[in-house]
Amino acid sequence: MKIDWAALGAVFGVSLAVVLGLVLLFSGGLRAWSAREAAQERQASAALPTVAAVACLLACVTVVLFGIYLIVAG
Amino acid sequence: MDASLLVIIVVITALVFDFTNGFHDTANSMATSIATGALRPRTAVAFSAVLNLVGALLSVEVAKTISGGIVDDARITPAIVFGGLIGAIMWNLVTWYVGLPSSSSHALFGGLIGATWIAAGADAVHFAKVVDKVVAPAIAAPLVAGIVAMLATYLTYRLTKRARKSVTDRGFKAGQIASAALMSLAHGTNDAQKTMGIITLTLITAGTLAPGAEPPLWVILSAAIAIALGTYLGGWRITKTLGSGLTTIEAPQGFAAQTSAATVIMASSHLGFALSTTHVASGGIMGSGLGRQLDGVRWGVAGRMAAAWGLTLPAAGLVGALAGKIASLGTAGVVAVAVVGIGVSLVIWLLSRREPVRPEHVVDEIAAQAETHKVAV
Repeated sequence: MKIDWAALGAVFGVSLAVVLGLVLLFSGGLRAWSAREAAQERQASAALPTVAAVACLLACVTVVLFGIYLIVAG
Repeated sequence: MDASLLVIIVVITALVFDFTNGFHDTANSMATSIATGALRPRTAVAFSAVLNLVGALLSVEVAKTISGGIVDDARITPAIVFGGLIGAIMWNLVTWYVGLPSSSSHALFGGLIGATWIAAGADAVHFAKVVDKVVAPAIAAPLVAGIVAMLATYLTYRLTKRARKSVTDRGFKAGQIASAALMSLAHGTNDAQKTMGIITLTLITAGTLAPGAEPPLWVILSAAIAIALGTYLGGWRITKTLGSGLTTIEAPQGFAAQTSAATVIMASSHLGFALSTTHVASGGIMGSGLGRQLDGVRWGVAGRMAAAWGLTLPAAGLVGALAGKIASLGTAGVVAVAVVGIGVSLVIWLLSRREPVRPEHVVDEIAAQAETHKVAV
C-alpha cells in the first residue's frame, strides 16, 4: 500500500486555490454589479463598476472554458 | 455455454449497469441546482442527460482495463465480469431505494473483486491496489471537497453580504448551472468510458474483436445512450437526500458546493489521484452546510451515507462472488443468475412504488423549508 500523498496534496492545493480564486472573482463581480445598479439609480456614472463587473465575470467564464477544454482534451 | 450467448448477456448487463450508474449519479451534479431552484427538476435532469451524452461521445480514451488493475485482468472471464456487474447493479438499486448516494465505480470494483476472488482465487485480487484506489480515496474525497467547500461557502457569504439580493440570487444560480454542467460533462466522459471499456474488453476476450481494438461505434453509442437515459430518469430518491436531507441549501451554498465539487473532480482526474464523483459531491454539500452554520449538517443522514460507503465494497463483493460463482458453472448458472437478478430488481422497483419519490416531492420539500436561515458570518 502506497498512498500518493504528493498527488493528493496537489489535488487539495490546486482545488483550494482555484475555488477560492473563483469565489473572489465571482463575488467581486456580483458586488461590482450591485454597485452598477446602485449608481444607475442615483443617475451617477456606472462606467467603473460596469467595467469591474464585466472583467470579473469574464475571468470566471475563462476558467469554465478552461474546464471544458480539460474535459475535451482528456 | 455458447460463448457468444454469454457475451451478449454480458453486454446487456453492462448497459444495464451503465443505466443504473446514470440515475444513481444525477444527484451529484444536479441536486444543489434543483434544491436552490436554479433549475426546475425536469429541466435539470434533461440538461444533465444531454451533457452526459455529449461527454460520453467526446471521450477520446476508453478505459483499457476492466478493473483498473484491482484484479488480475488476465484471469477475468466473461462469467466473472457478469457476476461483478450483477453485484454492482444490485448494490446500486438497494442504495437508490434507501436514497443513499454511493459510488457506482466502487460498487463495480466490489462486484469484480468478489467474483474474481471466488472464481479465480484470492491471489488474483491485488489487495494493496484496493487500498490505494478505493479505500484511501473514499476517505480523502469527502475531506478534500468538504474543506474546500466549507471555506468557499464562508468566503462567499462574507464577500457578498453587502451585494444586492436581486443580483446575488441571479448570479449564484447562473454560476451553479455552469459548474453543474461541467460536472455532468465530466461524468459522461469518465463513467460511460468505463462501460465502453468493459464491453470492448469482453468482446476481445471472446475473440469477436482483435486484441487492442478500439470500441466499435455501436458500443460507444449504446453506452452513451444508456447513461444519458439513466440520468434523465432522475434518481429522485438520492436527489432528495443530497438536495435537502443532508443540509438546507441556499443559493450561495449551492454555488460554493457545486463549484468546489466540479473543481475537485477535474483536479483529481488530471493530477493523478482519482476520486469518486459521488464522494466529492456529497462532501462538497456537507462542507457548504458547515460553512454557513457550524451545526448546519444533519449528522444522522451523513452517518448513514458514510455507512453505505463502507458497505459498498463488501456488499457488492458478496453478491458479485455468489453471482460469479454460479455463472461460472455453465449455461444454467448464467440463466439462474440473470433470472434472480431480474426478479430482485423487480421487487425493489415494486417496493419503491409504494412510497414513490417524484420530482415534485423534491421541490415541495424545499419550498416548505424556504424560510431564511441565519448566517454564521
